[in-house]
Amino acid sequence: MSAATFINIQNLSVGYTSQSGEIIRVLRNVSLSINRGESIGLVGESGSGKSTLALAALGFFKRGLRALEGDVEFDGIDMLALERDDLQAIRGGRLALIPQNSGQSLTPTLRIGLQVAEALRLHSQLNESDFEARVVELLTQVRLPEPATLLSRFPHELSGGQQQRVAVAMALAGEPDALLLDEPTTGLDVTTQAHILELLRDLASERNMAMLYVSHDLGAISRVCDRVAVMYAGEIVLKGSTKQVLLSPRHPYAHGLLSSIPRLTQTSLPLALDGRPPMPSETITGCAFADRCALADERCRSTPPTLKQLESGEKVRCFHPDRIDQLPVVNKTVTQKGNVSADHGGDALGLNQLAISYAKPSLWNQLFSNASMPPATVDNINILIRTGETLGLVGESGSGKSTILKAIAGLISPKTGHLVLNGEGRLTPKVENRSALHLRQIQMIFQNPDDSLNPRHNIAQILAQPLRLYFSLTGEELRQRSIELLERVRLGSHYLDRRPSQLSGGEKQRVAVARAFAAEPAIVLCDEVTSALDVSVQAAVLDLLNELKAQRGTTYIFVSHDLAVVKAISNRVAVLYQGRLCEIGPVEAVYSKPFHPYTDVLLGAVLEPDPNFMPKLSADDVVELSPPKTGCPFQRRCPRKLGKICDTDVPPGRIFDNGHQINCHIPETDL
Amino acid sequence: MLTMILRRIFLGLATISIVSLIIFAGVEILPGDACTQYLEQDQADVELLEKCRDDLNLNRPAHERYTEWALGALTGDLGMSVNGEAKISDLVGARFANSLLLAFFALLVGVPLAMLLGVITGLWRDRKPDIIFSTIAIFAMTIPEFVSATLLILVFSVWLGWLPGIVLTSAGSPISEFFPEILLPVIVLSLVMTAHVMRMVRSSVIEVMASDYVQMATLKGVPYWQMVFRHALPNALLPAINVVALTIAWLLGGVVVIEVVFNYPGLGRMMIDAISDRDLPVVQAIALIVASIYVCINLTADLMTMIANPKLRTMYLRK
Repeated sequence: MSAATFINIQNLSVGYTSQSGEIIRVLRNVSLSINRGESIGLVGESGSGKSTLALAALGFFKRGLRALEGDVEFDGIDMLALERDDLQAIRGGRLALIPQNSGQSLTPTLRIGLQVAEALRLHSQLNESDFEARVVELLTQVRLPEPATLLSRFPHELSGGQQQRVAVAMALAGEPDALLLDEPTTGLDVTTQAHILELLRDLASERNMAMLYVSHDLGAISRVCDRVAVMYAGEIVLKGSTKQVLLSPRHPYAHGLLSSIPRLTQTSLPLALDGRPPMPSETITGCAFADRCALADERCRSTPPTLKQLESGEKVRCFHPDRIDQLPVVNKTVTQKGNVSADHGGDALGLNQLAISYAKPSLWNQLFSNASMPPATVDNINILIRTGETLGLVGESGSGKSTILKAIAGLISPKTGHLVLNGEGRLTPKVENRSALHLRQIQMIFQNPDDSLNPRHNIAQILAQPLRLYFSLTGEELRQRSIELLERVRLGSHYLDRRPSQLSGGEKQRVAVARAFAAEPAIVLCDEVTSALDVSVQAAVLDLLNELKAQRGTTYIFVSHDLAVVKAISNRVAVLYQGRLCEIGPVEAVYSKPFHPYTDVLLGAVLEPDPNFMPKLSADDVVELSPPKTGCPFQRRCPRKLGKICDTDVPPGRIFDNGHQINCHIPETDL
Repeated sequence: MLTMILRRIFLGLATISIVSLIIFAGVEILPGDACTQYLEQDQADVELLEKCRDDLNLNRPAHERYTEWALGALTGDLGMSVNGEAKISDLVGARFANSLLLAFFALLVGVPLAMLLGVITGLWRDRKPDIIFSTIAIFAMTIPEFVSATLLILVFSVWLGWLPGIVLTSAGSPISEFFPEILLPVIVLSLVMTAHVMRMVRSSVIEVMASDYVQMATLKGVPYWQMVFRHALPNALLPAINVVALTIAWLLGGVVVIEVVFNYPGLGRMMIDAISDRDLPVVQAIALIVASIYVCINLTADLMTMIANPKLRTMYLRK
C-alpha cells in the first residue's frame, strides 16, 4: 500500500446466507484502491456488485448482506471494525455519498435547508447561527438558482436535476476528502446529466477530492474518471486508465460492453452481447464470463483466471488479453436498418393537427368558476408515418413523446385533431370504441416489462391472450403459435411455463415483444423499451426489433430519450420540446447540420464513451413545467433566440431536402 | 388553501344532505309508517293510530315532512320519539355524551399504545418484541369483541372480582359515576383498536425504514435515534391519521356489540333499543347522526393529513 492510498479495499467478499444455509457471495475477493484526489469509475451490468462495493467503502451493507472476509480501509482506518459512533463521524463527513435517486433519497417531510443544515450540524465546527449562511453558500456552489428561497422548499418541489444538486450540496457540507457516487446521473435528462457531471469534475479538482464513481454509463465515466474498474459477476475483471479501458479494452467483457453502446458517430446497430451474467447463487468453475465469451476455450471453463498485470499497465482477469482483436467490432449481421424509401408501401398512420391536454377542469371548476386552461401538453403535431418505417421520437422528459404514443394507443383522447390509419379513415380516439381489427393492428411495448407483464401469469398465458382474442386459437394450434413466437424472439419453448419473475430483464422484454407481435400488428409503439435494460441487453433488443421489422415490414414508432439509440434504430426522427415539434426528417439529416437550436443543445449534451470527447453545453438545464402560451416552445432556453418574435409568433417550418423540416425563426441559411 | 377547505366543507354538507334523503326515503318505503309500526299494526286502535299520526304530523305530504325534519335537524331539533314522551335530541344528547366518554378513554389508551407498539415492532422487525406483540395483536384482532369481552368479564369480575362486569349507571348520570364500570368496556375496545392501528403503523414503519432516504440519512452520519425520529417517523406516521380517524368514527358511531354486552348506555345500544321498540323517528335520527360523524371525522382527517404532509400542503398553498 503506497502512502497516497486513501481508500483501500483488500480481498473483500460480501455475501449472505441463503435459506438453505449456503453462503452466497455477491462480491468475490475484490481489491480496489483509490489515491487522494483520484477519481475511479466502477462499471458493470446490473447485479455485478458495483453499488455493494461502493457502500462497503462506507462500512455499510444492505439488509441481509455482510462482509465475509477482507478489509476496507479509509485513510488508514479499518471501516469494518468501527463502532457505530465512529462510523457516524466519518459517514457524510470525510467520506460522503451521493446517492442514485435523489428524489427518493431526500426525506420528504423535511425542508431542503434543514436537511443540508443537518449535515453541517453533524460534521462541521460552525455555530448554529452560521448554518443558514453556509447552506446558502453550498447551494450556490452547486449552482442552484435562488438558494435563499430554496431553503424552505420541500424535496418534491424541486426538479430531478435540482434534487441531485441538493444531494451534492449535502455531501459537500461535511467538507469530504472523498466522494462515493452511486449512479448520480441515472434517470436525468441528457442536458441535466452533462451539467451535473461538469459540476462534479470542477468540484473534485477544486477540492482535490477522491471519487469512486459507480455507473453503468460509460459516457459519464469517461467524463469524470482517471481510472476505470470493470466488474463482472462480483469480481473486478479489468482495471486500467480510462483511456486504456474505453479505447482499447483488454478484456472480452469490457470489449463487448463497449461495442454494445450505440454511438452518435455510428450509423449501424450496436453489437449485442449475448447471454446473461451468472447469478450469485450459481457455482462458477472457470471464468465467470466464459459462457458469453467468443474466445473461451477449455481452460477458461475449468480454471478461474487471476487478475494479472499487463505490460501496458492494466490488470486483466483473462487468459487471452492478447486475442481481443479477434472479437468483432461492429454489427456485421445487420449493417443497415431495413431501408424504407418514400414510395415503399403506403401511409401507415397520420397524425393530423394533434393536440392533447391532460388538464381537465374539475367538476367544481366547471360548475363554479372558469379558470383559464393551461396550454395543451401536446399541440399542433402533423406527422405522416409510412408503412415499414421506424419513426423515432426524441426529447427530454416532459416533451410529450409518451403522450403522443398514448393518444395513438387510444389511452387518452386528443383535444383536437385526429389519427388516420392506413390512409383510410379516422381512427376512433378511445381504445374501448375501436374495432377488433384496429386494436390488433396497433400494439404497444412498454418501458418496464416488470410492470407490463402480469406476474401471476406464465409466459404461455401471456402469449395466449392476444392469440385467443384476435385469432381464436386454441389447444395445440395455440401452443404451436406461441412456440413460434418465442423462437422468433430467440427464446425457446421451455419458457412457456415460466413466470416473468423467473426471467432476466432482457428476457422479459423479449416476451413483451413477442406478445406485441402475437397480434401481427401493422404498427408497434415502443415506449422507452430499452431504458430499463443494461446496454448489452439493449443492443440485443434493438437488434431483435430491427430483425422483426425486416421480416414483417412492421411500422415502429420508437420513443426514447437516448439520442444514440434513436439514431441506431430509426429511419426518420422527430425532435419534440414541450409537446411541440421542433424538427423532423431522415435520421442523417436530423443528426447533422442544419440543426434546430434544441437538437443542437441535445446532441451537444450527449456523452460518448470516449475520454477524448468533450460535450458542448449551450443551454441551461432548466426544467419547464408547462409550454409557453405563445411563440416558440423553446424560447426560454434557446441559446440562439432572435428576440421578441420568438416569444410571440409560432416559428415557421423551414423545409430542406428529403422532407427535413425545422420549425424555427432563424432563416434556413443560418441554421 | 381556504377555498380548498371551504370546498371540502361544502361537499361534506352535500354528502350529509344526500344521506339524509336516503335515510328518510328508506323509512318512507317501509310498509306502514312510524305509528303502525309502533302500535303493532293489526291490533291498532284506529283512534290511537289517528292520534299518533296527528302527533307526528304523518298525514302531511312526504316532501313537507322531510323539509321540516331536515331543517329541524340543522337547528338541533330531531323531533319527538314515537310515544310522544320525549324530545329525541334530549334522549340522543345524553347517550351521545356517553359514547363520547367511552370513545375518549378508549382512544386515550389505544392510540398512544398502538403508535408505540407499532413503532417498536416495526423497528425490531422479526425479532422478539415484534414476534410477541404481533402475535398478541393477531389474537386481539381475530377474536370477536363479544368473546373477548365475555372472557374479560369472567376473569376480572367473576374470578378476581376487581372490576364490575356490567354498567348499571343510567344515561344521564355525571361522568364520575361511570367509574369503575367503564373500565372493562374501555379495555376491550382499546384492545381491538390498538391491534388494528399497531399493525398498520408497523408495516408503515418497515416500509419507511427500507426507504432510500432513511438509508441516505444513515450514510450521512445521522445517529440512529435521530434518524428514526426526524427522518423515519414523521413519514411513517402520516398514514396513521386516516386509520385513527376511521377508528374514532367507529367508536363514536356506537359500538353496538360492546354496549350491549356491558349494558352501556351509549348511542349503539340506543339504536338497538329503538329498533326493537319500532321507534322509527329515533332510528332515523341516530342514522343521521352517525352519518354526520363519519363525514366530519373524515373531513378532519383529510385536512390534518394535508397539513402534516408537505406534498399535499404545498400543492394547495402554492396554487
